[in-house]
Amino acid sequence: VIAYIVRRLLYVVPILILVNLFTFWLFFSVNTPDDMARLQLGVRRVSQEAVDKWKAEHGYDKPMLYNERVQGLQRLTDTIFFEKSVRLFVFDFGNADDGRSIRNAILTRMWPSLAVQLPVFVVGLAVYISFALLMAFFRATYIDFWGVILCVAMMSISSLFYIIIGQYLLSKVWNLVPISGYSSGPDSLKFLVLPVVIGALSGVGSGSRWYRTIFLEEMGKDYVRTARAKGLSETTVMFRHVLRNGMIPILTGAVVVIPTLFMGALILESFFGIPGLGSYTIDAIQAQDFSIVRSMVFLGAVLYIAGLLMTDISYTLVDPRVRLE
Amino acid sequence: LPAMRGALVPAILIACGLAGCGRVWNDPYPAEDRGKNIYYSFFVERPRHFDPAQSYTSDEYDIIQQIYEPPFQYHYLKRPYQLDSATATEVPRPRYYDERGRELSDGADAARIAYSEYDIRIRRGIMYQPHPALARDGKGEALYLSLPESEIRSKYTLSDFPKTGTRELVADDYVYEIKRLAHPQLVSPIYGHMTDYIVGLKELGDRLKRDNDALVAEYQKRYGTSDPGRPWIDLRAYDLAGVKVLDRYTYRVRIKGKYPQFLYWLAMPFFAPIPWEADRFYSQRGMNDGRNLTLDSYPVGTGPYMLSQYDPNFRMTLDANPNFHDESYPAEGAPGDAEEGLLADAGKRVPFSERIVFTREKESIPLWNKFLQGYYDTAGIASDNFDQAVRVGVSGETALTPEMQQRGIRLVTAVESTTYYLAFNFNDPVVGAGKGDERSRVRARKLRQALSIAIDWEEFISIFQNGRGVAGMGPLPPGIFGYREDGGGYNPVVYDQVGGRPLRKPVAAAKKLLAEAGYPDGRDEKTGRPLVLYLDTTDRGPDSAAQLSWYRRQFAKIDVQLEIRATDWNRFQEKVRLGNTQMFFLGWHADYPDPENFMFLLYGPNGTQDGENKARYANPEFDRLFERMRNMESGPQRQTIIDQMVKIAREDAPWTWGFHPKTYALAHVWVRPGKPNVIARNTLKYARVDPVLRERKRDEWNRPVVWPLGLILAALLLASAPAYLSYRRRERMAARPAGVPA
Repeated sequence: VIAYIVRRLLYVVPILILVNLFTFWLFFSVNTPDDMARLQLGVRRVSQEAVDKWKAEHGYDKPMLYNERVQGLQRLTDTIFFEKSVRLFVFDFGNADDGRSIRNAILTRMWPSLAVQLPVFVVGLAVYISFALLMAFFRATYIDFWGVILCVAMMSISSLFYIIIGQYLLSKVWNLVPISGYSSGPDSLKFLVLPVVIGALSGVGSGSRWYRTIFLEEMGKDYVRTARAKGLSETTVMFRHVLRNGMIPILTGAVVVIPTLFMGALILESFFGIPGLGSYTIDAIQAQDFSIVRSMVFLGAVLYIAGLLMTDISYTLVDPRVRLE
Repeated sequence: LPAMRGALVPAILIACGLAGCGRVWNDPYPAEDRGKNIYYSFFVERPRHFDPAQSYTSDEYDIIQQIYEPPFQYHYLKRPYQLDSATATEVPRPRYYDERGRELSDGADAARIAYSEYDIRIRRGIMYQPHPALARDGKGEALYLSLPESEIRSKYTLSDFPKTGTRELVADDYVYEIKRLAHPQLVSPIYGHMTDYIVGLKELGDRLKRDNDALVAEYQKRYGTSDPGRPWIDLRAYDLAGVKVLDRYTYRVRIKGKYPQFLYWLAMPFFAPIPWEADRFYSQRGMNDGRNLTLDSYPVGTGPYMLSQYDPNFRMTLDANPNFHDESYPAEGAPGDAEEGLLADAGKRVPFSERIVFTREKESIPLWNKFLQGYYDTAGIASDNFDQAVRVGVSGETALTPEMQQRGIRLVTAVESTTYYLAFNFNDPVVGAGKGDERSRVRARKLRQALSIAIDWEEFISIFQNGRGVAGMGPLPPGIFGYREDGGGYNPVVYDQVGGRPLRKPVAAAKKLLAEAGYPDGRDEKTGRPLVLYLDTTDRGPDSAAQLSWYRRQFAKIDVQLEIRATDWNRFQEKVRLGNTQMFFLGWHADYPDPENFMFLLYGPNGTQDGENKARYANPEFDRLFERMRNMESGPQRQTIIDQMVKIAREDAPWTWGFHPKTYALAHVWVRPGKPNVIARNTLKYARVDPVLRERKRDEWNRPVVWPLGLILAALLLASAPAYLSYRRRERMAARPAGVPA
């Protein structure tokens, strides 16, 4: 198992280099260092001298990928790409283009993101599984029929709609929770209720339909027929056998997203004024802050890979037939 | 059942979480702040810089201008805008000198003036806000200016430093900040501009750069890093030829030539005082290492407020500075101010609010609803909410809707010192300066005039601005010296005067000009080809479709085809900078209330890549008049020259004059009436609220409505009942129904 994990970790390095290279290419194909400087300095009274000074100060005065002016290995290392990327591999994110620490931002902003995303994940999972089980239990009845229609309807509605309707009803008309904002500690509950409900609700359609398919597939298998033939009640069949065996594909989808919960939700955080990493990423894209964008993409890639690794390991825990080799 | 359980979770969470929230459940502020004398505001964009040498946006100024005090400020009530002293004892008059250093009279010809000098005397006894950089022990030794790195590593915010201190504001602090404009570790947006004026600033910048390079190299060698760090440069040791300290409370600034607008710059945070101790404190190694303990995040000032909570992602809190000097609400104002109750607080000590809370609101919907719930004291009106807030009458008059009136909300309007214009690139042979000969110049001018008539900005304001704007008559917006409200204010090239009011000329007049320009019926008279013009814009996507279609219709009115070249902001900016456009839409907001700040946008020598004359307009007569006007005191003589300049610009039509936007702001009944100020942003010290009334209104407007929760719960139970019954029936059903043989 350890050898497997080490091998997987070694695969990570080239993947991350490619991710970085792709981010770099994508970002600089629409922005130039001059654009970044002008955006940071403002659009008024900005001279080329000030732009050059900003670029030198922030390390954007070098060639992008290959430096012809120097010799040897420096041709690759004395470039924007190398200087900005290599530190990421030791999780040194450096400063944003406005001079503020990215590490500080990540450490402070990941908690609000997690405060929303973790309950959304847990509550969501519970609701999707429950609803999917219900539909599977009453398969081919009107409950299943209307349940699937409801799921398709909910899938077709934009998450923005849920946010706006939720804020309108719960916060504006019924005055039950603040419309937006955030607070740490126990006070945070009143700010989190609405985004969590909306976050979970907006995924009910797709989540429940997916899990329903998994459960129906399990229910058609021989061992379920055997269980029924033994005279087990339908409840026991569903919860003891179908649910447990259905957990394997559910784990695939669920465990992989656990580490990425830190990264937050882009729209939800903006509308609810939650100072998380999703909102941070959106701000950085709008502000053309390459330092933040590359850090967040890198972090997202690392967390996603970590999630995949965790999924593989969790397979062995829930299914003894699976071995890591 | 599991589904019911899932649905119950949020309901239970709501009930439990809100049980302790009191009468109002949706209050986004801490319970202990209820009823306090706090002013609630918001910010949309995350501020980038709080360092006064770097900050240059209105969002940032809304916060730092409450903290920093430049020597001068704008009078809160008087109009036209007038400079007043802030920390200075008075607004000084400049002294002028020729090349040989001989003093000249006030009325001396600007061409003879080689230098101007301003002696600025600040008031005694002004103290800084409490700050750890100024903390000293019993022997007078600074406590936190030479900290070991290990100790700094244990600090994360300013409150981690247990002691704070203060000291008196001295002239040295202002001089220190002026030197910081040239600091190589900072990129001050006005450094380039100021090197043209402040004597010796460029030389200081060059010297600092050399020394900084050496310091950085030493730093990198010492710590074995490629990070340049921020090694401290003690600016006190550097001489700036044009800025001298005369005594503890007086300093002198010497600038090149005559530049009366320099005083306006001295009312901006760029020229606020910075104590050297703060610079030293923040430059210690480790302060910015993942902590953001920098002057760019934690300002140090003498103003009415000090930053007590710094969270640019969520909330900024300003608390009243306990060391703030004596300053009172103005005792005199403009005519009519007394009648409007604006002098009711005359002579009372400011600031009025004990705290200002700025909360970040990125989206307009939550912002608007929180304002309606009473959680923001004032708000603007987004286009989406305009109809809910304001009704426009048939003759264009605006009034609040009954819903707003019922809540006691007030509408405050002001025309901004901003101009939005559609510019013609003068390097373009069709719409610009022509092909070099007089005939083509005249043709191009007539084409521009024709388009100026055809593009109906009144209609644009009505459709896309909800009527919030004033059509431009020239480069100057209302409120700026030189703008004429009277009959001379209308642009005779575009408007006729009918019944004392300007009326846009008919399309026929535009078509006539177009024909004279060589394009009868929109076709080139020689080739017969249709005239196609190109507009560069950043408006893209479905939201902009209506606006772009409107532009096309305006050109089509005179049979001119318009091609729109939509691009992103970066490419747009680059194209405008390099002059690779034919027409484009831009705007300018006043730095200071002086006509020079708008006329320079059309001054020929500024038509360079880095200059602000983006249209690259050049008219020798206009330039000559500008050079005279910019150095003059505002008065009848200056007005005459401005009139001549405006006349030339209208004739040449380098821009279609676009519009000046009008701000519509709403204020709740508990906010004391204030005077809108589109230039100064340090006016929160005059803002006053009635917290008791606010509390009462919030309670009244935000009573929780609980019954829908019960209804939802009941509906869920009801919907689940058939499933439950079906489940029971199925569980009780025999595997083989009775009567069926085995």
